[in-house]
Amino acid sequence: MGLLLTYSVKNLSSRRLTTLFTVLGMGLVVFVFAAVLMLAYGLEHTLVSTGSPQNAIVIRDGSNTETVSILMRDQAGAVKTDPLVALKDGLPVAANEIVVLISGTKRKNGDAANVVIRGTTPEAFVLRPEVKLVNGRMPAPGTSEVLAGASVAKNFKGCGLGEKVHFAGRDWDVVGVFDSGGRSFDSELWGDVEQVQQAFRRPIYSSITVQLRDPSRFEEFKKRLESDPRLTVEAQREREYYERQSRAGTTFIRVIGLAVTILFGLGAVFGAMITMFAAVSSRMVEIGTLRALGFSRSSVLRVFLIESLVLGLLGGALGLAAASFLSFISVSTTNWDTFSELAFRFTLSPSIILGAVLFGAIMGVVGGFLPAYRAARAGIVGSLRKA
Amino acid sequence: MSFFRLLFKNAFRHPLRAVLTVGGVGVAILAFGLLRTVIAAWYAGVESAAPDRLISRNKISITFPLPLAQKAQIERLPGVVGVTHGTWFGGIYKDPRNFFAQIAMESPESFTKFYPEIVVDPAAALDAFGTEPQAAIVGSALAERFGWKVGDVIPLKGTIYPGDWSFIIRGIYTGRKETTDVGTFYFPWNAIEQRLEKEWPDRAGHVGWWIIKIDDPAKAAAISQGVDAAFENSPDETLTETEAAFQQSFVAMSGTIILSLKVISFLIIGVILLVAANTMAMTARERVSEYAVLKTLGFGGRRIFLLIAGESILLAGLGGVLGLVLLWPTVHGVGAMLRQYFPAFPTDPVTFGMGALAALVVGLAAAIFPYWRAMSLPIARGLRRVD
Repeated sequence: MGLLLTYSVKNLSSRRLTTLFTVLGMGLVVFVFAAVLMLAYGLEHTLVSTGSPQNAIVIRDGSNTETVSILMRDQAGAVKTDPLVALKDGLPVAANEIVVLISGTKRKNGDAANVVIRGTTPEAFVLRPEVKLVNGRMPAPGTSEVLAGASVAKNFKGCGLGEKVHFAGRDWDVVGVFDSGGRSFDSELWGDVEQVQQAFRRPIYSSITVQLRDPSRFEEFKKRLESDPRLTVEAQREREYYERQSRAGTTFIRVIGLAVTILFGLGAVFGAMITMFAAVSSRMVEIGTLRALGFSRSSVLRVFLIESLVLGLLGGALGLAAASFLSFISVSTTNWDTFSELAFRFTLSPSIILGAVLFGAIMGVVGGFLPAYRAARAGIVGSLRKA
Repeated sequence: MSFFRLLFKNAFRHPLRAVLTVGGVGVAILAFGLLRTVIAAWYAGVESAAPDRLISRNKISITFPLPLAQKAQIERLPGVVGVTHGTWFGGIYKDPRNFFAQIAMESPESFTKFYPEIVVDPAAALDAFGTEPQAAIVGSALAERFGWKVGDVIPLKGTIYPGDWSFIIRGIYTGRKETTDVGTFYFPWNAIEQRLEKEWPDRAGHVGWWIIKIDDPAKAAAISQGVDAAFENSPDETLTETEAAFQQSFVAMSGTIILSLKVISFLIIGVILLVAANTMAMTARERVSEYAVLKTLGFGGRRIFLLIAGESILLAGLGGVLGLVLLWPTVHGVGAMLRQYFPAFPTDPVTFGMGALAALVVGLAAAIFPYWRAMSLPIARGLRRVD
């Protein structure tokens, strides 16, 4: 076995240019394959991690997202006083928030993109302990001071620390920047709930997020709220709420990405076949010699399969290595469910690594199988006579 | 032997290799064409925009409505021929995954006068649109997607406008241009208005955006400024732009995804190049002595280049033809899968042009290395090499 492997690898290095072309071709395919999956996973990961398993979010029934949900003040009171809402210092851990989209201007190219402005209360930081102030200070209550999420501060004009952003007829001072560790909150501006309500002349709430005393009793909480005749609301686990928003985008990326990767992966397989057929036909004499020395047909088949497998694995490793550099890149797209800008990163997961390597290996083996089969079928005498 | 016969014989000397090369280039061109079609589909809205239409929306963001009272004011502005309005409904048909655009339009005139590219069948549907609030006019692609016929009752669950709604399909529309969006569900704005007046009076009397027809596209910028100036410092400031710019802002929202697709489409050309270059590199290695013979016979560098480039362009070109022939049915298949994202999925002649160009460029580029190799090797050494 060791001998066969050395033979295969040495053969590859003896025809360097062809080997290089083939490996590069498959590397490119694996690169795109991994990049597409990293993009979809990054988007999904950002949204899924935004929701906490402890929390539940309540929006108007049928509204699907916070951005179009409308809850009245008295409804908010009824939700907050539910016995399953956790208490801290005797008060419910619940934030009644208003979410509004404003049109922001990107720093990079001046494009317009929608930014979420979330009018919230101090409880928001108890509900979402991962949100940390990293720069500046907290806004003074009852003022037009806002906090900017790390991505918004970086990507949008007027949203950096110490800058002023104008919307709803006012200038808002950005007095602090928070980081939620890559969650979708990083793409939001946070201000005082009453200030935002007044500025937009919308005396309503969009959602109420609560921490549950016992998350396993969520169904009981949901049932009670949804059957309350005073309310027309829908309660969801926060995690599920955000996970659902990732679906449209990730499905799109995966469908397009995989359809294209498979197609041009086929192109690379043809490339590998060309290489392997050439490798076989130029080594007919060697094959004959091996057979004459007593190597079986299946050994010969294995030699060439190993050779093309090595090609595929090299391509896979190369593509994956190149793709892993993408994880330093932060990108943004529109969350079509909420219609707002969402920043995220290309993110690598163990299953993507495994998938990419496997994909490379499969391309190699599929491309190598027919040539290897031809090599194994060759008769001893015929192939020796070729000299 | 004539030059072209030699070229053909060379190209198909290894029939299997030639077939594999053509196949590899073919599927990669197919993948390339598919991606360019998806990219073009994104811009269909921009392409279909008419130069004499302006869109005016709430300056805060598109999610904020505008008061009906603005209509009369806009109509009085110089250069304005007519004003109508559209409103995003955002309802759910059975399941959120069945997404399609639903737009409430003012009147039958909104189509006949403002969107002459929309052809409604039967024409009587337009009369129904003016009199019955439940009358819907749907795009042909949308009707095909769900198997709808004239007379069908379509239930929608409101998100922005709560409650259950139902509409009756009175007509199906097609577009005069291939880029016309034929995936939208139109119904009379009165349907929303009548219900809001009863159930939610303070939300009544609002529209999503103004569609303004102007007399001279060259004055679009001045008229836009005029509209915005009329409402400056009012509670409902507007942002007016040409329809193309309005559509472009939606395209920009998916900027990252489109950029990724563009990058991938060029990486695919890289793969095609590698497959073709691989074949040509092998060819060159095998034919070193032949080139030496040709050079001895007095063939100049130009003839030899034509011979090599001709062979490589022939193979890449056949691959290109194969890919582009397969593109049409593939686009139709994939278009059906992606209907929920793209209301129009045109096969763009530019896409075919780019595919053909890519094949040509690849053919030329793949010839460079073998040519360099053939020319740099001294004749004597070329002749000495025996395979």
